[in-house]
Amino acid sequence: MNSFSDVFQSYDWDKTRQSIYAKTGDDVLKALSARKRTLEDFKALVSPAAMPYLEQMAQLSQQLTLKRFGKVIQMYVPLYLSNECNNICTYCGFSYDNKLRRKTLSPIEIMQEVAVIKDMGYDHVLLVTGEANQTVHVDYFKKVLELIRPHFAHISMEVQPLDLEEYQELTPYGLNTVLVYKETYHQDDYKKHHPKGKKSNFQYRLETPDRLGQAGIHKMGLGVLIGLEDWRTDSFFTALHLNYLEKKYWQSKYSLSFPRLRPFSGGLEPKVEMNDRELVQLICAYRIFNEEVELSISTRESPNFRNNIVKLGITAMSAGSKTNPGGYIVEPESLEQFEISDERTPTEIAHVIRAQGYEPVWKDWDSCLTQ
Amino acid sequence: MASGSELVTVALKRVDLKSNDTDDILSHLKHTHINLLPNTSGVRNAREAVFAAQLAREALETNWIKLEIHPDPKYLMPDPIETLKATEELAKLGFIVLPYIHADPVLCKRLEDAGTSAVMPLGSPIGSNLGLKTIDFLQIIIDQSSVPVVVDAGIGSPSDAAKAMEIGADAVLVNTAIAVSSNPVRMAAAFKMAVEAGRMAFEAKLATTATHAVASSPLTSFLDE
Repeated sequence: MNSFSDVFQSYDWDKTRQSIYAKTGDDVLKALSARKRTLEDFKALVSPAAMPYLEQMAQLSQQLTLKRFGKVIQMYVPLYLSNECNNICTYCGFSYDNKLRRKTLSPIEIMQEVAVIKDMGYDHVLLVTGEANQTVHVDYFKKVLELIRPHFAHISMEVQPLDLEEYQELTPYGLNTVLVYKETYHQDDYKKHHPKGKKSNFQYRLETPDRLGQAGIHKMGLGVLIGLEDWRTDSFFTALHLNYLEKKYWQSKYSLSFPRLRPFSGGLEPKVEMNDRELVQLICAYRIFNEEVELSISTRESPNFRNNIVKLGITAMSAGSKTNPGGYIVEPESLEQFEISDERTPTEIAHVIRAQGYEPVWKDWDSCLTQ
Repeated sequence: MASGSELVTVALKRVDLKSNDTDDILSHLKHTHINLLPNTSGVRNAREAVFAAQLAREALETNWIKLEIHPDPKYLMPDPIETLKATEELAKLGFIVLPYIHADPVLCKRLEDAGTSAVMPLGSPIGSNLGLKTIDFLQIIIDQSSVPVVVDAGIGSPSDAAKAMEIGADAVLVNTAIAVSSNPVRMAAAFKMAVEAGRMAFEAKLATTATHAVASSPLTSFLDE
């Protein structure tokens, strides 16, 4: 096996979807009591048949999470560097055809934003950009990493997929974690949602985690954008991908996200709606399937939902996020990627976490550990 | 024969490679369906192991090699560092390498990266008949391995072999338990049945223990509000 494509090609979307919807209550019970869950068990756990067992799933998810992670929630915050983008993505505020003023932060502006983020208490930052390879390229990333590395213990990146050599170039600059979401594993739909730009290459994006593994990245994040396609099937492919990567790149850590499509200026309505109950089901299913994977929830979700999800299997949370470049202080009114739904400050969120007997963790890595 | 084994390992140091038609062991194995798996038993480091493997390839016309490096003559514990080095080199030379190792999950992944074709973790010290003392580590190895896992050493009874197969091992390697039995042929037949039963149980998926009772403070009631 040279890459995940080889595995992926042996699966058929429709057949996979059918087999998920064919799962029964017995399959769910079997999955709940198994010593270790298989991909078939995962299908049962995300199937409609699992809904009556949601409370049992939540209890198990909580137990497994406590066993592995204890009562802690990792805190992180995004730092949007740029909203320039050459891709057309039908669901994204940064889409090329969305005619709004574009901005890429300069070094001085980055440091102004960093100061605000540090004041909030953060030691872990997630750098986010669109895809504009003329201005926001590897050399730009190197400069940014060099600039901010002294100020953060842990630097994550959610930018355009890069080549293997580029990832290898960036790791010495203190890059620890890379998130690359597949958006959807449905090939035709992927093409529909990404008609223009480098991102329209399904294969290149599909194989990005392989390149990250080869580059020896410490942690990588996977996920799909929920709302584009049948979320159960898309989540199965995420689990399949995770399973493959864990075995092959056994020295990397993995995290999963499950962003639900949010409104943004000029955007499209989700094709598929996922309600809160279903999102809880998915979170628990991921945890029960994989006891080690980190599960992260962003400010896309509502305050009430986030308050209650702390104990259910989540291991990381963002708070106080701005989704536009310069959003913290430099240019608060610039174009944002999506509207956030939980506007509470990191201090308020930390309070909510502590009130439930959990500890918010601001630092869980040290820059000296990343060569 | 009674065991139904398809692969028999022979120590290079024990067989007469020059006249293998008349050799005690080889002459019995040569004209059967059984494949020969030469092993490097006796070597103390990677360099000697690679030399022995090349010798075996030439003499026995097979590129399969069971890699055994135990510098310690008392317990015959496998040396992980020399084994990893030798595996890397032998894989480059085109050998199908089956290394005998401790039940060490990280070593197994390192061997995979080095190009091994299987891993052969021990159940307990070789010749001890103590059974699967390392079962929790064997389970981790089996769960995460991309190559076949053969449980080697320590299997003392058919029930040990059945257990190893039940938890998902691809094969077991047995010698002492059969060889020192007062009726080796019957014991070999018993092992055959045990291995088949264990495999069948694994494929049929073992029933699991009962789930916990549902706790009284619901975690999902907020969804009904």
